[in-house]
Amino acid sequence: MSRTRSVAAWTTAVLAAATLAGCAESQRDDDGSSGGGEDSGTFVFGAAGAPEMFDPFYATDGETFRVTRQMFEGLVGIEPGTAEVVPELATSWEPNEDGTEWTFELRDDVKFHDGTDFNAEAVCANFERMFDQNEAGQTAGEYWGYVMGAFKNDAANSLYQGCEATGDYEAVVTISGPTSGFPTMLSLASLSMQSPTAMEEGDANGIAAEGEGFSFPDYADNPVGTGPFTFGEYDEANGTITLERNDDYYGEQAGVSELVFRVIPDESTRRQELEAGSINGYDLPNPVDWQGLEDDGNSVEIRDAFNILYLGFNLDGANPQLKDPKVRQALYHALNRDQLVQTQLPEGATVATQFMPDTVSGYNTDLQPYEYDPEEAKRLLAEAGAEGMELTFAYPTEVSRPYMPDPEKIYEALRTDLEAVGVKVNVKTASWNGGYLDNVTAGRYDAYILGWTGDYDSPFNFIGTFFGNLKENDFGTKGMPWGKQLADDLKAADAIVDEGERAAAFEEINGQIMEEYLPGLPISHSPPALVVGPGVDGVVPSPLTAEEFDSVTVEGGQ
Amino acid sequence: MIRFVVRRLLQMCLVVLVLSMLVFAWLRSLPGGPVSAMLGERQTEERRAALEAALGLDQPLPVQYLKFLERAVQGNFGVSTKVLPGEDAFQVFLDRLPATVELSFLAMLLAIVLGIPLGYLAARRRGSLTDTGAVIFSLVGVAVPVFFTAFLLKYFFAVEWNLLPVSGRQSTGLDATRVTGMFVLDGVLTREWDAAWDALKHLILPSLALATIPFAVIFRITRAAVLDVLDEDYVRTAEAKGLTARVIRARHVLRNAMLPVVTTIGLQVGGLLAGAVLTETVFSFRGVGDALATAFREKDYPVLQVLIMAAAVIYVLVNLLVDVAYAIIDPRIRTR
Repeated sequence: MSRTRSVAAWTTAVLAAATLAGCAESQRDDDGSSGGGEDSGTFVFGAAGAPEMFDPFYATDGETFRVTRQMFEGLVGIEPGTAEVVPELATSWEPNEDGTEWTFELRDDVKFHDGTDFNAEAVCANFERMFDQNEAGQTAGEYWGYVMGAFKNDAANSLYQGCEATGDYEAVVTISGPTSGFPTMLSLASLSMQSPTAMEEGDANGIAAEGEGFSFPDYADNPVGTGPFTFGEYDEANGTITLERNDDYYGEQAGVSELVFRVIPDESTRRQELEAGSINGYDLPNPVDWQGLEDDGNSVEIRDAFNILYLGFNLDGANPQLKDPKVRQALYHALNRDQLVQTQLPEGATVATQFMPDTVSGYNTDLQPYEYDPEEAKRLLAEAGAEGMELTFAYPTEVSRPYMPDPEKIYEALRTDLEAVGVKVNVKTASWNGGYLDNVTAGRYDAYILGWTGDYDSPFNFIGTFFGNLKENDFGTKGMPWGKQLADDLKAADAIVDEGERAAAFEEINGQIMEEYLPGLPISHSPPALVVGPGVDGVVPSPLTAEEFDSVTVEGGQ
Repeated sequence: MIRFVVRRLLQMCLVVLVLSMLVFAWLRSLPGGPVSAMLGERQTEERRAALEAALGLDQPLPVQYLKFLERAVQGNFGVSTKVLPGEDAFQVFLDRLPATVELSFLAMLLAIVLGIPLGYLAARRRGSLTDTGAVIFSLVGVAVPVFFTAFLLKYFFAVEWNLLPVSGRQSTGLDATRVTGMFVLDGVLTREWDAAWDALKHLILPSLALATIPFAVIFRITRAAVLDVLDEDYVRTAEAKGLTARVIRARHVLRNAMLPVVTTIGLQVGGLLAGAVLTETVFSFRGVGDALATAFREKDYPVLQVLIMAAAVIYVLVNLLVDVAYAIIDPRIRTR
């Protein structure tokens, strides 16, 4: 290249850079940096994943709900630190005699973040919005489908039947029949109240299936709720979501002016960021780190366990020996669950006696854990003619759930116990999203480990999910003579209006499940934790992993 | 030259088409899929079927592919299912590209700035302590996996000594203006120097980790090429003519030694994406590599398809650029 050409090239490059610089103006306020960081009352939380979107109705994952929960509220809420339902946007509610009409008295001092009024009309507009979904919306609005059963185009099969504003601040919601889940289900983040005006302007229901995914309307990026924080921005390039304190909030003002969620997928990186002081807390610290984190001056907040880990069987599958209750009992006696809980699960974990934790109504306190008794296990196997039986038993990789922090270690403990009584275990494994869940659903394993964290405080949300849908459950109970009876009993119990009677019915079913049917083996309840750094106060750990951060304060800032 | 470039571009189109078919079929042959990623524990056969039908995943594979192709030629590569749900998959790539370009650029710059002079120096002082030390260092660079280097760098410089940030691209609360998506450049363009400096600090460790392999390769190729050239007759002739050492180094040694080095640099640029997947994952650096890892874990087909094909296009284009650069450096190639 000649010197002239070289000079020309450099001149062009410098001019181009200068032009670009001319176009690029700083958009900061005059005072320069907004400061941020802990000094200005910012709480930075390390999130394991990015939110899917900000309209909770179409969301399905915990990382999205963690963010939306700070901006939105439901008609009913959850008492912090418990799974108990308490008033939120509704001050009280009353069912009619047969439990099909629920009258909600609403707060009269609430405004949405866009300044519009929250009232009975807004409540009904929300219900109608959720109910009236196009085809794509019906698939994406998974939680509504899950708790209500159907949408407007199949109204006969929907729990929700209608909503009427009977006063400015009084709404009546009609449902098809009583259920233990109503109105508790209205505490679900997905069913939060959103501004009807903003939803209309942002075409909130304009979801469409496109290729292999869904495209969402503008509203999904511009959510408007009533909560203590308003939406600030999602800096996708930097993986941060910023929420700002709602200064017009009707309740007590949030303790920090800014709430930032920083996406850090790797757990050890989250811990390092906490140690470096660049985040103030994160979820699900590895139980082996709990003590070390405490020693470093952090605070590990342990939640009450609201989950269940179980060893599931495919009773309708290729292994006929599993149909014999003696075999299932034998396998249960083979498991040393006390040892498992002490060695593989976090502090505070307990051995399960049934498929739900003891905080849920309908829990049967009379049930005792199956004793660890390898001799009894061998005897029962011999009696059933199943000595040396083969069992295709699977566990998932590349996953950590609140009820099973380390699936492989839990599996190894269970496998060792089973082999000790002569069971020949065929080890199967697959990654969580790489076939494990599909294989469980398709009944490709004889046995597997899986679990569940409750969505809300309802017995049906646990055992109804497992056994209430006869055709579609992972345990294959349709292949058992009692499968239909169990499903029917669960539905009947769920429809009892009187809370005391309903709880008694569920207690009885829990007894039957464990003593008579034993469709799977409940293993344990594990308390998940979250951790916050020094100077952070006011975090109330929620059993539902549904923490609200408005009560959080960070030392040195406001 | 133009015919050559056009021919190569046409070949690239064919490569992309064949690759799209292979990637499409391969992804769908893997166990799991977007449906199980979306439903989690909540999945039942019924819900799976409904979601598969809504997303067209229940159609025969050739039908799915033809639909994909039909959309793709209109510039629609589908929307992301998990990386950024609802966002156009190609837009996800464009959004993430600046981060990876910034990271790769700095990594390559480090590799070149350190690799070429060190390679030259090692060759000139062949057998010396400098030479032996540099060779061992480069061997370690090639032999140690990128993610391990990344872990070590992070552990010592960020966690133990607290000199640099642990992860991410920029500190929270900086209120930085975004222009190009390359944060350092944005800080410079908008004269938000604190933001530029902060972004640069976030870039140092990932780019060092990413630079290790290209550095080692460039160093070794430079060293070997310089050794070859130093033995050439024309260098001896130039010395005999009485040319200054500086002129001999610049015109005769370095220029001729650069031919294999340029090829190597090109190949290394293509290979940077593989290293970026690991580096970006370790440092939670939200670039293309991080998106690729997330998309693979969550089986986000549209994003995976776009990213894999984009990587192929970049690889082919970089190779084309290398060939063109080759022709510029070596006039003999132009005349052939």
